[in-house]
Amino acid sequence: MPTESVTTGSAAADAVASDAAAAGPVPPAVRAVDLRKTYRGRRQPVEAVRGLDLTVPRGDFFGLLGPNGAGKSTTIGMLTTLVRPTGGRAEVLGHDVTAAPVEVKRRIGVVSQGGTLDRDLTVAENLEFRGRYFGMGARAARRRAGELLERFGLAGRRDAMPHQLSGGQLRRVMICRALVHRPEMLFLDEPTAGLDPQTRLNLWDLLRELHADGHTLLLTTHYLQEAEALCRHLAVIDRGEVLACDTVDGLKAAVEAETVVTVTYDGPVPELSGVRARRGVERVEQAGGSVRVFTRDADGLLGELVALGAAAGATVADASQQRPSLETVFLTLTGREYRE
Amino acid sequence: MTAIEHDAGPARALTATVARDLRVMRRSLVSSVIRIVLQPLLFAFVFAYVLPEAGLMGRGTVPGDAAGDTPFSTILVPGLVGSTVITQSLMAVVFPLVMELTPPSSIEDRLLAPLPVRMIALQKIGSAMVQGLIGGLLVFPAVLLVHAEGQAPDVRVDDGILLAAVVLLGALTASAAGLLLGTLLKPQQTQVLFTVVMLPAIMLGCVYFPWEALDEVRWLQAVVLADPIVYMNEGLRAALTPQVAHMPTWVVLPVLGVLAAALTALSVRVFTRKVAK
Ligand SMILES: Nc1ncnc2c1ncn2[C@@H]1O[C@H](COP(=O)(O)OP(=O)(O)OP(=O)(O)O)[C@@H](O)[C@H]1O
Ligand SMILES: [Mg+2]
Repeated sequence: MPTESVTTGSAAADAVASDAAAAGPVPPAVRAVDLRKTYRGRRQPVEAVRGLDLTVPRGDFFGLLGPNGAGKSTTIGMLTTLVRPTGGRAEVLGHDVTAAPVEVKRRIGVVSQGGTLDRDLTVAENLEFRGRYFGMGARAARRRAGELLERFGLAGRRDAMPHQLSGGQLRRVMICRALVHRPEMLFLDEPTAGLDPQTRLNLWDLLRELHADGHTLLLTTHYLQEAEALCRHLAVIDRGEVLACDTVDGLKAAVEAETVVTVTYDGPVPELSGVRARRGVERVEQAGGSVRVFTRDADGLLGELVALGAAAGATVADASQQRPSLETVFLTLTGREYRE
Repeated sequence: MTAIEHDAGPARALTATVARDLRVMRRSLVSSVIRIVLQPLLFAFVFAYVLPEAGLMGRGTVPGDAAGDTPFSTILVPGLVGSTVITQSLMAVVFPLVMELTPPSSIEDRLLAPLPVRMIALQKIGSAMVQGLIGGLLVFPAVLLVHAEGQAPDVRVDDGILLAAVVLLGALTASAAGLLLGTLLKPQQTQVLFTVVMLPAIMLGCVYFPWEALDEVRWLQAVVLADPIVYMNEGLRAALTPQVAHMPTWVVLPVLGVLAAALTALSVRVFTRKVAK
């Protein structure tokens, strides 16, 4: 299946151009200012989103990270008009989500966290009607549905009802459905949860393709590797607020996440008080011949450890330096306790 | 190529949601027809055929009928048509909606379609009305034809405009009530709705007797005024069997009109609030 059938070519870029001509500076894909959502709970209200500020430039590949219950789905719900904000403002592609929800809906595709296919329609009909809701003719919509099902390896399940699908197939159909009407911007709430490695990598390729074509993508995920591999910008949110928002490298630098330097000595472990006193060193652990140093400033540390060993008459059997991972950044920002 | 190459406007979206309902309906066409027609047909069969044949029930005095030989089927036809339109309209929205709103909410693809949420609500009402009217159209000839010899109902369309007004307002009232209940009820409560609310409302809704006949049971005559089905059936009597005593149309039409308007406004509002969490 040729990729042109899935993506929209320069669709999003054209939209940017035409909007720019009409209204001066191009509004960003998402602008949320002090966005709030308080659910009226049975016993007490739940403040799911508490004054969230977020800007996603057009054409960005944006990742929303955060522990369970951080407010990611609620935020996506508000940006996609499915959840009514209780405070603040949000604009998507220049249109206010509360004042002009139809304008927003025309331009976006959404993959929700739950399996929200239309239960009364077959897989193919789900896609067909998505196209028709967005103004495609019945025949064009059916053709488009066929192409997408083919591309996602679902052609054999086209006449299945949603409840007959496996979890991963269901996700795949939902992703197809979000693409049917060629939206400018895609919201994907944990799109790869429960997907097998093949499908996941396939989806990554597809998302990269869409991004390369000028689409804006906003995705949530708990796979930090995925966020690192795909996203250009990331926001870490917790308890309904943005804790940090930057590029992956920017986050690592800003958080001053620790690099871990590990050295295994063959022989006596040298005296390490000098290392403990080094600038940036947070913690030194020793187990047998193995020494692990957690530091925010790893420059020259490895060499120093080797030299120390040599001076003490020990050779180095193994040495490694682990650069800060997104996981360390994430845990540093959000802490280690469980979320309810 | 522009970003929105097809006309992604509310009108097209609305048409497509109607097409979607038709597709779903078509899939269960035979079972729906059986479900709709069977019960009224059985009623007509027992009350207009079996009982008169068995000599247990025949012509009798009906309020307003001076000659005193109106066959019971004459009473039955408007009642069965009316109660069918009401129940079918109501059920056409309640059952699917309750399921659609149960998470994972499968109504989401329509909520994401480019049309205002209240238009989705109105479309649900419209779709339910059509199904209720189809129910009425199926049942009308069926109950007209099933009767014992010499017991043919004396029914004719005496006032077409009144008939249309009553049927449309009744269907609208029921569909809007259905939208309201479907939005508020949980799946396990729908059974209760039908045994506790619908069954009494039908049994006492002047389906099997005209309201005037309750002159003898005064308290009940007052109580049933709270039952919207009464106005529907009495309105149908006025349009189809004017010789049988019936509520005046200046009562029936305003009551149905106010009910329909109020329930429509309320149900659309409640639905819109509920789906946008
Ligand atoms: N419909 C609702 N009614 C009441 N509370 C809700 C509702 N939806 C979400 N919440 C609460 O709001 C908070 C944020 O939920 P949300 O679904 O946005 O989290 P999330 O970041 O998407 O989490 P996860 O990673 O588990 O998907 C949670 O405390 C949740 O319990
Ligand atoms: Mg979530």
